[in-house]
Amino acid sequence: MYRYDEFDETLVRGRVEEFRGQVARRLSGALTEDQFKPLRLMNGLYLQLHAYMLRVAVPYGTLSSRQMRQLAMIARTYDKNYGHFTTRQNIQFNWIELPQVPELLGALADVEMHCIQTSGNCIRNVTADPYGGAVAGEAEDPRLWAEIIRQWSTFHPEFSYLPRKFKIAVTGSAHDRAAILVHDIGVAIRRTDEGLRFRIYIGGGQGRTPMIAAQVVDDAREDNLLTWLEAMLRIYNRLGRRDNLYKSRVKILVHGLGAEEIGRQIREEYQAIKQTGGVPLPEAEITRIRTYFAPPAYEKLQDEDLAGAMRANGKEADYARFLRRNTAKHKVAGYRIVTISLKDGERPPGDATSEEMEKIADLADQYSFGEIRVTHEQNLVLAHVKQKDLPKLYHQLVEAGLGEGNIGLVADQIACPGLDFCALANTRSIPVAQEIARRFSEPKRAELIGDMKIKISGCINACGHHHVGHIGILGVDKKGEEHFQLMLGGSADEDAALGKIIGPSFAYDEVVDAVEKVIEAYLEHRQEGEPFLAAYRRLGAEPFKRALYGTA
Amino acid sequence: MAQHRNKHAALQAATANRLKDGETVYFTQSGEWAESLAQAEQARGADAGAALLARAQAAGETVIEPYLFELKEEGKGTHPASMRERIRAVGPTTHDAFSKQARS
Repeated sequence: MYRYDEFDETLVRGRVEEFRGQVARRLSGALTEDQFKPLRLMNGLYLQLHAYMLRVAVPYGTLSSRQMRQLAMIARTYDKNYGHFTTRQNIQFNWIELPQVPELLGALADVEMHCIQTSGNCIRNVTADPYGGAVAGEAEDPRLWAEIIRQWSTFHPEFSYLPRKFKIAVTGSAHDRAAILVHDIGVAIRRTDEGLRFRIYIGGGQGRTPMIAAQVVDDAREDNLLTWLEAMLRIYNRLGRRDNLYKSRVKILVHGLGAEEIGRQIREEYQAIKQTGGVPLPEAEITRIRTYFAPPAYEKLQDEDLAGAMRANGKEADYARFLRRNTAKHKVAGYRIVTISLKDGERPPGDATSEEMEKIADLADQYSFGEIRVTHEQNLVLAHVKQKDLPKLYHQLVEAGLGEGNIGLVADQIACPGLDFCALANTRSIPVAQEIARRFSEPKRAELIGDMKIKISGCINACGHHHVGHIGILGVDKKGEEHFQLMLGGSADEDAALGKIIGPSFAYDEVVDAVEKVIEAYLEHRQEGEPFLAAYRRLGAEPFKRALYGTA
Repeated sequence: MAQHRNKHAALQAATANRLKDGETVYFTQSGEWAESLAQAEQARGADAGAALLARAQAAGETVIEPYLFELKEEGKGTHPASMRERIRAVGPTTHDAFSKQARS
């Protein structure tokens, strides 16, 4: 991961001091709320229903164990002893007090962290495949390119006042674990005989008007990547709407102009920038940043018989399921990628206590070269675990209450904070997710159902990604009551699709039953071994409509 | 439910977030900001509501953006009409430890 140099250090410390002064002036009344609000948003400080919320940037979701321990200390000292991992691989604290924020930001700066550009109309945290640098078949670690894009986009003077927020995601694998097609810009890296090539998409997004991104360029070279991004941001900055909040994202611009026209304009701008020399990205600089993502000191090991361990029954059944669901193939023999589930039906999805964060930091030190990744599905990853350490790691996770073997199953939902926390929400989302997880907690049944991505948003802003859930749940206000719309068939990976609303909404005390009916209809109609998404695509909505409403 | 304003609300109170910590607070008859909904001054009718809001805004240095919200009368008591204000009054429904009662 990237290490700060003295310039980074100076910038971040300077930012803390600047905000210290701004907070003091707000508390004394010298600044009004209207004056202060844009300033606090520039430091990721929101005001929610009951408290401030601080969003800390976790670049491409990668944390050192030292940083995780500091986040645990911050949660203990300045919050209610927990933090929330988000759908943009960041962490949020929900109970911060304004006078303490400058001190808190200083504590973050002590471990090379900050809250810069986690809010406001600027380029936000660049997210990437959480398996980056570890997974087999990858073209290159996408986090390296996320770091390059991060450096280009941080304090970029031309793009500090965009029409609206801007989100970029990067994948280095054909299988997209970063949801790039529903980002403002998505970057897919592949390796060709001539070297790395980048396919760049623009105009994906969710919210009120969900859209799949359009391809702009298929084979951009390394040294031209930033020139392409600069061209795209320039077109957006120039033409994106500033008059209407609901039409201000780049996806609206892309949809309005059409993919062909916006591609043409971007290429024209790209050529213009190239003619002045392009955005500099020398080979030497790429090489320098590449050294921060050098592979760890792997041992020379053989693969264990994991397939055998995955079939175990009896006392080993839970461990076998953990292997099946929570681990993935590593590119190096004898290693395995491990996902720690933060979804157990008791905790709100994505929440971890200070003690748990410290435990995970210890486990990272012991088993994964001191590094942790945050996934956009609100879980954590230890990317480089020796296969022979898996039993010990699992045992420690279980002892710590972090051993649920449910990754990608029903309980592994994305949920936004919802009406329990968020000023924008129409309905609660966390209790719905908790109830769904509890309803399907029986492990055999959960595995029988198989791959099932349920995503819940408490309002149309779709922070819970409901448009791209296999089952998406959207909270709506129906005459002052909490109601929920179900949509089916969404997908966030390389075969991205937007879910379709299945019918009239359900009340708060009906929605979990409705989800159960959908799942039971799937189990009834599926073919042998057919996952939910494939079954839905084959069957269409009819059997599910019948199950829910009694008619087709 | 995001800040619905019912213009025909019969009964209203004034609320805001405390500047220091964002805590939900209610404007009281004595012109202070209290954490408990039970201490909120209630205004009956549109005119009284407008007057209450004006007083709340005038006393607004320690809070952020006061606004009126509707109360419903049920039996002997009143409670917020919207789920949003019910949650603001008692805290998140997700953690018992975060309820207002637990914090006081």
